[in-house]
Amino acid sequence: MTSILFLCRMSLFFQIFPKMNLLVVLILLLSACSGTIWNNPYPSDDSGKNILYNAFAERPKHLDPVQSYSSNEILFTAQIYQPPLQYHYLKRPFMLIPQTVNKMPIVQYFDENNNLLPMESEVASIAYSVYEISIKQGIYYQPHPAFAQDDQGKFLYQDLTPGNLRDIFKLADFSQTGTRELLAEDYIHQIKRLAHPKLHSPILGLMADYIVGLREYAETLRKATAVAPKDAYLDLRNFPLEGVELVDAYTYRIKIKGKYPQFIYWLAMPFFSPVPWEADRFYAQPGLAKKNITLDWYPVGTGPYMLTENDPNRVMVLERNPNFQGEFYPAEGMPDDEEKGLLEDADKPLPFIDKIIFSREKESIPRWNKFLQGYYDASGISSDSFDQAVQLSGQGEATVTEAMTAQGIRLETAVAPSTYYIGFNMLDPVVGGRTEQEKNSARKLRQAISIAVDYEEYVSIFANGRGIPAQGPIPPEITGYREGEEGINPIVYTWQDGKAQRRSLREAKALLAEAGYPNGRDARTGTPLVLYFDVTARGADDKSLLDWMRKQFKKINIQLVVRSTDYNRFQDKIRKGNAQIFEWGWNADYPDPENFLFLLYGPQRKVGNNSGNNAANYNNAEYNQLFEQMEKMENSAERQQIIDRMVEILRQDAPWLWGYHPKDYTLYHAWYKNVKSNKLSYNTVKYLRIDPVLREQKRREWNEPVIWPIGAGVTVLFLSLVPGIIAYHRRERKVMLGRSAA
Amino acid sequence: MLNYIIRRVLYAIPILVGVNLITFTLFFVVNTPEDMARMHLGIKHVTDEAIIKWKQEHGYDKPLLYNKQAEGVAKLTNTIFFEKSIAMFVFDFGHADDGRDIAYEIKSRMLPSLAIALPVFFLGLFVYITFALVMVFFRMTYIDFWGVVLCVALMSISSLFYIIGGQFLVGKLWHLVPISGYGSGLDAVRFLLLPVIIGVISSTGANVRWYRTIFLEEMNMEYVRTARAKGLPESIVLFRHVLKNAMIPILTGTVVVIPLLFLGSLIAESFFGIPGLGSYTIEAINSQDFAVVRAMVFLGSLLYIIGLILTDISYSLVDPRIRLE
Repeated sequence: MTSILFLCRMSLFFQIFPKMNLLVVLILLLSACSGTIWNNPYPSDDSGKNILYNAFAERPKHLDPVQSYSSNEILFTAQIYQPPLQYHYLKRPFMLIPQTVNKMPIVQYFDENNNLLPMESEVASIAYSVYEISIKQGIYYQPHPAFAQDDQGKFLYQDLTPGNLRDIFKLADFSQTGTRELLAEDYIHQIKRLAHPKLHSPILGLMADYIVGLREYAETLRKATAVAPKDAYLDLRNFPLEGVELVDAYTYRIKIKGKYPQFIYWLAMPFFSPVPWEADRFYAQPGLAKKNITLDWYPVGTGPYMLTENDPNRVMVLERNPNFQGEFYPAEGMPDDEEKGLLEDADKPLPFIDKIIFSREKESIPRWNKFLQGYYDASGISSDSFDQAVQLSGQGEATVTEAMTAQGIRLETAVAPSTYYIGFNMLDPVVGGRTEQEKNSARKLRQAISIAVDYEEYVSIFANGRGIPAQGPIPPEITGYREGEEGINPIVYTWQDGKAQRRSLREAKALLAEAGYPNGRDARTGTPLVLYFDVTARGADDKSLLDWMRKQFKKINIQLVVRSTDYNRFQDKIRKGNAQIFEWGWNADYPDPENFLFLLYGPQRKVGNNSGNNAANYNNAEYNQLFEQMEKMENSAERQQIIDRMVEILRQDAPWLWGYHPKDYTLYHAWYKNVKSNKLSYNTVKYLRIDPVLREQKRREWNEPVIWPIGAGVTVLFLSLVPGIIAYHRRERKVMLGRSAA
Repeated sequence: MLNYIIRRVLYAIPILVGVNLITFTLFFVVNTPEDMARMHLGIKHVTDEAIIKWKQEHGYDKPLLYNKQAEGVAKLTNTIFFEKSIAMFVFDFGHADDGRDIAYEIKSRMLPSLAIALPVFFLGLFVYITFALVMVFFRMTYIDFWGVVLCVALMSISSLFYIIGGQFLVGKLWHLVPISGYGSGLDAVRFLLLPVIIGVISSTGANVRWYRTIFLEEMNMEYVRTARAKGLPESIVLFRHVLKNAMIPILTGTVVVIPLLFLGSLIAESFFGIPGLGSYTIEAINSQDFAVVRAMVFLGSLLYIIGLILTDISYSLVDPRIRLE
């Protein structure tokens, strides 16, 4: 239809301006007739292929599994590397299952003299825990030049000369590749890499507290590096580590100090993925780093995908690893998974998608528009497009708008295992207190503020409803979280009509008076109560948020002064305990309450312990003792009781305004299948499936070029020139006539 | 002229050292090496030991500018400033804090930046000068009046509006070009079409008015009156005489920016997904990567100095009265 209209307009155009831009118009016509989509950002050859299109905003800094920790890095590494364990894709609460292992690791406990202890031994008697891990046979690495060998079994690219590198600019320029079977020694090699002095693993400090000998091992490697020539390859196979043991080709053991049940969760993180020594040696060769050919840039894994293109400024491409096999879509899930169609692919071999193209989109507007055009298969929702995408039903339930429904777009929501809170510095004399009397007074002050700051309103205004006000430090779907009436924070809420109801400001003011600040004034001096809120430097966009926060405190007549500072100074204030009230957040590493409750464990205080995570410097003897008991326990009714008590202590003491747990909203096109939100594990691309035929059909439907504006533009341009040309001739004639007359 | 160029190049050395020193001081006033280590290692589970190791590994464990413990000249050379600066004068930019080679990064991002900056520059120059000449030709007429009004209107609109509006109309509503992205080789053309057009249009208002002012100034010169008195048509007067004589101010504003085109454009590249250098410095400042910041500031100042030398050379080429001595 558009083409016909365009033809009509063009014929008229030719009648008027027969000599105008004939060639241009012909090209446009030919293009219109060819049926291609003009605004497709991908090569036309890829149309209809089994490719998943995704976007990323921030370039990953590290793809080496020993370093990558941020979610934008694990998004890639989790598809490439395979730690021994993984989370079940469908079951909730989160459940660990084998990935490259035959069965879940066997844990054994030993005393100081390395005598085997019974499983039910007292925690105090356990000196070591040993995890025995047996991996499956027949798992192979992706094709990679580090493994390439000639007929005699000699490595082709392990002794490269500058001449060999002359024509090498990227990994794909190596013509030969090879592979080999995954062995237990590769997992051991990676554990040793945690201590490599040049790799700066973010978990070395933590793991050195647990893995036997790791701290000393780091020192050994540091000394070895110091005496070796600059950038020399350090063969970790020559440096034994006490805490790891190779049992046979497919079995290894890790020796942990004491009892640390949470260690098993670390075995599902990329830090404990296998890295072959061949890769380390290959990438350590002189000249490769200069060309950015490093393990940090080109990972080597056994996972379902391999990184075949890495231009993190533009595009990163994962393609199916041809050597991956033996994993199947789960056949069991939650009761409603079958109804949602999540079990239709049960027992089918993974992965389903051949290729994933991640394009870098720094700005949300183009990303959103390309999603609507069908060029991205899924999208988050920015505040700008929230109203266009989501509407709230009468019951307050979020659904997609009619426009989205018409496009077949659906919404999936999931509460993230994260918490955003506002902390009180317990070392501060006003909000923390020094003497027992001051501490009691400060506790009531904190409780009063907890009631006054209305997080329901906060979530509604600043997060478009995407979050749930927190009742304590533990988010939903994490063991220890309580729902309903038994889960509410009784200091801040009451249970009315089947839901939590925030206590009244009257109660907050009464608590404030009990704290010694009736009407927001110090009862002894009569001076108004002024509190200080330390935040990192904010842009103009956040002014409304800070104003809102001041208003919340003002509701109980407390003056809030916002102290804005740059990120470094803010961190410094927190480390030195100079902040009074501050905002902070935490994302779960693993689904255990210990990962949240340790944030308020006394020995983790920031002041005096730079590596601590207790930014509020909270220290409660009973809580500390319960924490030490709870962290060593397996999940059980007894553990839950302890957790309940710990949460109760925290609610009473209110060292944080518990803030809220963010809720992620993601939109998916109709051709996107097998989506189940999973905010803890990232190796989920292998479960996804798309319908490329439907996508291609929709793209054509939604992106038919509208050509008339080009014709209109050319016409307007031409018409705008006409008066100028006429005026020019008139002026020239006038000048000529003037001269003739002269 | 050769002597002049050699002298200018030698002058550039103290300028570059000065720029480097200022950058260094400003950067480390805001960020300490410990801050940099914390930023790089992340917030979770970071130990003091890890921070010390990071600083040692990256050479940030030495004094900033003056080493009291060292002997003789090492008091100045065994410092972060000296060690991090000296290599740049032989164009060894070293590695970013995440381990990536900075020279490699600059080389790979320069081309996409140029792919958008060069067409905008040359096409823009042609469009601005043409429109300015047309307005001068029709000066004191309604074309000139409405032309100036249009220029003021174009100047008053934020460049961000042109980008978002252009993407909305051309990419989203009319589906004529991809909204954002980049391709290699000839495929890049369809991605560059919209940013180039928007780049030209968004600068049209200010530039056309600037060139119009230059041309109007020239129009009052005696040689123009002489040319007219000789009976030359107005078009010849404008395009042959006025344009040539207006080259000095035009070159002043244009040649100096040519080398800087390599550095790209922050906003346009961000919105159009062009993998250029535009955001490299900003990203480095945000991630407290001093290695990249100093390399980019060094490169920026060097290119600016080159631009100024080129401007001087171009003066002597277009105006025989100017001699570079």
